[in-house]
Amino acid sequence: MRDVRDALYVARNTDGKLVRRPMSPHLQIWRWPIAMAVSITHRVTGVGLGIGTLLLTWWLVAAATSDAAFDFIQWFLGTPIGIFVLFCWTLSLLLHLCSGIRHLAWDAGFGFEPQAYRLTSWIVYAVGIAATVLIWIVGLVIW
Amino acid sequence: MVEFALPRNSKIGTGKTFKAPAGTKRVREFKIYRWNPDDGQNPRLDTFEIDMDRCGPMVLDALIKIKNEIDPSLTFRRSCREGICGSCAMNIDGGNTLACLKPIEDVKGAIKIHPLPHMPVVKDLIPDLTQAYAQLHSVQPWLQADTAPPPDGERLQSKEERAKLDGLWECILCFCCSTSCPSYWWNGDRYLGPAALLQAYRWIADSRDEKTGERLDALEDPFKLYRCHTIMNCTDTCPKNLNPAKAIGEIKQLIAERAM
Repeated sequence: MRDVRDALYVARNTDGKLVRRPMSPHLQIWRWPIAMAVSITHRVTGVGLGIGTLLLTWWLVAAATSDAAFDFIQWFLGTPIGIFVLFCWTLSLLLHLCSGIRHLAWDAGFGFEPQAYRLTSWIVYAVGIAATVLIWIVGLVIW
Repeated sequence: MVEFALPRNSKIGTGKTFKAPAGTKRVREFKIYRWNPDDGQNPRLDTFEIDMDRCGPMVLDALIKIKNEIDPSLTFRRSCREGICGSCAMNIDGGNTLACLKPIEDVKGAIKIHPLPHMPVVKDLIPDLTQAYAQLHSVQPWLQADTAPPPDGERLQSKEERAKLDGLWECILCFCCSTSCPSYWWNGDRYLGPAALLQAYRWIADSRDEKTGERLDALEDPFKLYRCHTIMNCTDTCPKNLNPAKAIGEIKQLIAERAM
């Protein structure tokens, strides 16, 4: 049994025989509104931040361990895969930050009207992506 | 529990096609979810071609036409046909709404009709709403007061107090919102869902009700209330243009404020 709702999936047909009811389709048929996309983005980027923090921990531990360990992670972060991971981390951080600020506004009672949360959904994506690109342009120029 | 895929017995097969009579000019295609507890088969999607010159403007008109003229076994709930009874709630074109309020014109391409999402199917477009009604019952959606009403009349409200109920009393309990909510899909066994929570807030906001504290106590629970993650599908989908997400936000704020 998955949970208590499971009991509602058992029924009798016209002959009195027990049958198992189907579950109606959900994600398979749902047309995603923009706010739903931002919501799942918030979750996914939250996981991304966790992975990013592990990376930061690795970097700090390597710095405290030895020159060789530190050189290795410095080399790894400079490879295309390393740069990609760092870019995703930056993107996660900024999307999660923008979406988090929106959650704060909601918790304070603002932004519940459809026009408001649809607009702020697009703003979260626009600002999050634009800020990430800007940070990387600045970062690469300095580097 | 989060399960993205449908159970094996719920996978949807292709069904029959009912062609429009030859020479029909304005044809629209309706793809409708069918499941019959008596035939031992998986659900299927039947296709009905409808002559729009001989059909009313709303999706419900087409469903009734199909039941009357093409397939009398097509099963769905309907009653008032004007958006006040909440019976014909279903998933049309990927969103939950009332078939009687949904113009066929608003849908591009084939009109896909499914039961309300992530629910046990009784037959065709009819979901089992037992759980949703039990959750509504659990929030005790009726006036509760210890003090007696005035001996000479009813309990009065100011215009301002009454205005706080606008956007709440209009709910017709069609459960479009609850069944649009991914949190309710995954945790509907314990999360009350937007419909029941909007009703809970309707009584919390009522100046005549004297059990506000008890009502908030009952909702202060990681699952009943706080599985709402402000995904906003409820407000997006409500066929009466109400705002369950805002009502839930108000409850969260009241709980936070009384703790301060």
